[in-house]
Amino acid sequence: MVTALLIAGVIIAALIVGTIYRNRVGRIKNINEVKHVVSASDIGTELGSVATILQFSSAFCAPCRITRGTLSTVVTSFTGIKHVEIDAEKNLELVRRLDIRQTPTTLFLNSAGQEIARAVGAPKRDQVISALELISG
Amino acid sequence: MSELREIDARGPRWSAGLTAIVLIVALITKSPVVIAIQLVQFGFGAFATPPKSPYGILYRKLVQPRLPKTFHTEDIRPPQFAQWVGFFFALLATIGALGHTWPLFTIATVFALFAALLNSIFGYCLGCKVYLLGVRLRHR
Repeated sequence: MVTALLIAGVIIAALIVGTIYRNRVGRIKNINEVKHVVSASDIGTELGSVATILQFSSAFCAPCRITRGTLSTVVTSFTGIKHVEIDAEKNLELVRRLDIRQTPTTLFLNSAGQEIARAVGAPKRDQVISALELISG
Repeated sequence: MSELREIDARGPRWSAGLTAIVLIVALITKSPVVIAIQLVQFGFGAFATPPKSPYGILYRKLVQPRLPKTFHTEDIRPPQFAQWVGFFFALLATIGALGHTWPLFTIATVFALFAALLNSIFGYCLGCKVYLLGVRLRHR
């Protein structure tokens, strides 16, 4: 009886956690108070003139590929917006400074390199488009 | 022999479903044999590769031929890493079952079951998520 309750409890817990995760993953959160600023030397390339989408990836990660596909196609329809992908494992100093906890994590930087939004997990295409429209004004 | 780097992404999810069923049977029966079967599965998945594990072979022989021919592939390392995590928990559970240390057996099996359920139902791999945090901690 106790075992049956335990098993039911684990199944319910997994369903709850999985559902929360599914709703949260990839959601783009706006950042009201700028905490992180990224410079061209941090990422080894010039920032986009309007905005930069900075994607942290690892070789280890399947959703990173999906994210790369989404972001690289979306940026082509905007001018001045650059998609830069960084290998998290090879840039641990930057990973710590920007508090990247898992891959993929995507930062939306304005022209000054200030982080104004962040998505953990593969972001949805239409959300990326509306975030970029907001930045481009 | 060149190692396989990309595998059918549906395989690990199917294996996780089978793992969840075996772990539930283990919890009900408290049988060292059942949890040892799962330990052997994790062992093959971790020390060899997931496609060479018993569930992986079952998947290729019985399940894959019945599924659509087009599918997503994934890097072999995340599922293999997850099998290592599973192996660790199954080892604790097996030690618990053999020594009749039931709290150890139950806690370890419940953790493994939780991860297996998340993986099979949602395709969410808990073991893979801790990877970057692990790298961050290792290279201070």
